[in-house]
Amino acid sequence: MSALDFLAFSAPPMLIALLAALACALPGNFLLLRRQALLGDAISHVVLPGIVLGFLLTGGASTPAMMAGAALAALAAAALIELLQRSARLDPGVAMGATFTAMFALGVLALELSGAGAVHLDVEHALYGNLESLIWFDATDWSALITPATLATLPPELFRMAATLALLAALCWLFWRPLVILTFDEGFARSLGLPVRLLSAGIVAAATLAAVAAFAAVGSILTIAMLICPPAAARLCTHRLGPQVALSLVFAAASALIGYVLGGYGPLWLGLPASVSAAGMIATTSGLILATAALWHKR
Amino acid sequence: MNSLWPEIWAALTLRAGPNAALVCLGAAALGLVAGVVGSFLTLRKRALMSDALAHATLPGVGLAFLASLALGLPRSLPVLMLGAALSALAGLWAVQRLARTRIGQDAAIGAVLSTFYGAGVVILTLIQGLRTGQQAGLEGFLLGATAGMLRADVGVIVIGGALVLLAIWALHRPLALIAFDEGAAHVMGLNVPRFDAALMALVLGVVLLGLQVVGLILIVALLITPAATARLWTHRLGTMALLAGAIGAVAGWVGASLSAALPDLPTGPVIVLLTFAALLISIPLTKGRRA
Amino acid sequence: MKAVEFQGLEVQYGDMPALRDASGSFETAAMTAIVGPNGAGKSTLLKAALGLIPSTGRVAFFGKPLAEMRARVAYVPQRASVDWDFPVRVIDVVVQGLYRELGLLGRLRLSHRRRALDCLERVGMADYASRQIGALSGGQQQRVFLARALAQNADLYLLDEPFAGVDAATESAIIAVLKSLRDQGRSVVAVHHDLATVPAYFDRVLLLNRHVQAEGPVAETFTPEALARLYGGLLPQLS
Repeated sequence: MSALDFLAFSAPPMLIALLAALACALPGNFLLLRRQALLGDAISHVVLPGIVLGFLLTGGASTPAMMAGAALAALAAAALIELLQRSARLDPGVAMGATFTAMFALGVLALELSGAGAVHLDVEHALYGNLESLIWFDATDWSALITPATLATLPPELFRMAATLALLAALCWLFWRPLVILTFDEGFARSLGLPVRLLSAGIVAAATLAAVAAFAAVGSILTIAMLICPPAAARLCTHRLGPQVALSLVFAAASALIGYVLGGYGPLWLGLPASVSAAGMIATTSGLILATAALWHKR
Repeated sequence: MNSLWPEIWAALTLRAGPNAALVCLGAAALGLVAGVVGSFLTLRKRALMSDALAHATLPGVGLAFLASLALGLPRSLPVLMLGAALSALAGLWAVQRLARTRIGQDAAIGAVLSTFYGAGVVILTLIQGLRTGQQAGLEGFLLGATAGMLRADVGVIVIGGALVLLAIWALHRPLALIAFDEGAAHVMGLNVPRFDAALMALVLGVVLLGLQVVGLILIVALLITPAATARLWTHRLGTMALLAGAIGAVAGWVGASLSAALPDLPTGPVIVLLTFAALLISIPLTKGRRA
Repeated sequence: MKAVEFQGLEVQYGDMPALRDASGSFETAAMTAIVGPNGAGKSTLLKAALGLIPSTGRVAFFGKPLAEMRARVAYVPQRASVDWDFPVRVIDVVVQGLYRELGLLGRLRLSHRRRALDCLERVGMADYASRQIGALSGGQQQRVFLARALAQNADLYLLDEPFAGVDAATESAIIAVLKSLRDQGRSVVAVHHDLATVPAYFDRVLLLNRHVQAEGPVAETFTPEALARLYGGLLPQLS
């Protein structure tokens, strides 16, 4: 494979995977410390019906519509979980499990019935993502990198993920202090007069935003894995929050890059005919990093 | 829609062809067993552990398929289920190891779930790439694929389900005691970890039986939603387990019938949505009981 | 002016009233103990006044609503319900007390760090500044949370059972800090269980059993008759 092929076929999906991994790992740190790690799992399931809804209403893969649908679905799920916990007094785990499976089932049902599968979106994409197909056709020449018209033909997911990551990073930087106080000691945060409910909802909203943006590009496995594994591995390596977040980003980036390369080229090196799912390989890599951290940590 | 009633009715009454009847039977048996086992699982507060267990079956399914391919054996459900069981046990072990570190149990569940699932997808795509000529059809295990179910498959569900129910019946007293008061159970000399392991083994049994019907992503719904619904109606464990089983069985039966009559409806998601509907309807109906 | 004034405070826990028409006040530049039997609503009074739990009634801090006075009020919960494994060091916890000063992005200067260390010094914990919070004993953790409150540089300190389950060294360290606060003209209010130490530790006492029965200087208010009334005849041992 020439360097130019790399630019056209491997660089864009790799970059998208990298951005998605970073965007998920960042809010994942706070979910982990607030013992809400499984919320990441729930979110990446419930956004499916929303994305399908947005898709059906606009008849195409319109990003704003799919985002709006996903946000709506996340809100509906939050309301359902609240209802099951408050009105039916169910355990949080049960309320969450019942809700996210039902909403995921609804999403699958809508996909199968609508025939959206025939166009662009199908169950397999939702589960595995379609990372490998996010290529840059117009990169036939190195000059593509400096030609605005060609740059505009980069996969839109690239810009979407970059914008999401930039937004989340800015929010995290801006609200770092109140987030740390809230996460460590909610009672103290309240006595300081911090808007505790708003901040808590903000963390969930940030994770949802990351999950929605990543879901469309890289599928649900990668989203869940990146929300949980890199922060968990970093958590085992340090006693300080700043280094934890930084380390989680390093782990996320390493998972994305190593996983992508292993998925794309690993089977070829072994003499096997085809490549395997990059998203799956990235999730696996992040799990191996966590396993290594757990072995090293020993406690 | 009106014209569909006769077809749905035919499916409900097992007159929509032998295959549809088989699927109905299998789905109902699965719902029954899942409801009963799920009652003990949710009372033990391990609901989402089943999610990790279910997702962790995927790499095993793929590896078992590859192994039988290498040995020149045909695709066989029992072999795939054996592989699924082994990798689910590995997942369970990993959750327990990770839960002992400071990341906590929920993160351990999420990490194992996503990692094993990711590894499973890797193996599945590898199998697709091999172009073996033999139809692997392993994707069906993700969300269930009832269309290709054989008489033998339903037999496995019914016999396996009966064994699981038998085990639950034998263990129901210690399991109930441990779920209610772990400390007291321990003082009375019950080996709590061993009974917890037994409960997880039964949950794993349900997961394996459900692979073909609802698939590994949605089986957790059959374990927890009927149990949660039954809990709203009764305060007694025995009644709860039976009611949950009944809800699961009816949802399985009706869901399979609906999807037999309307071929576009995927069986697994329909069954899951029926159980969730039962839960939602039960909330206002049982309001007086909780006040 | 009173440090805190509350009127007609009502709190309901399910069907149980925790506070009923509680009215009273806490003096400035004094150390006041809140005393009463179990379930009298002592912690509830602090939490309701601080808006940490829903309540009805009127509360004023230094004559103004809490929202305007937050910077002047610090609260130390009974035993902070935090994840002791959380990745923060002792010094990081104390720096949290500077939040109102630092705001979202204000730079943490050397002077801030010195002040935080100073607060740790006052509770005798300066040597532990870079330990992870979970690596300390219960009493040491309590002192760190007091140091965080000191860093808030408030005029009113509300403490919920600061001596519950702590060692003797911690108890004397805490009381010395609280007395020095009072001597600087600040106000201290603490929920207190140990009736024997009330006269030695506090200037004033507020007797509470769902509503306020009395408030005043220890010598006048903390009498055997008043306590008999407060505890319904079941007078606990007084030394």
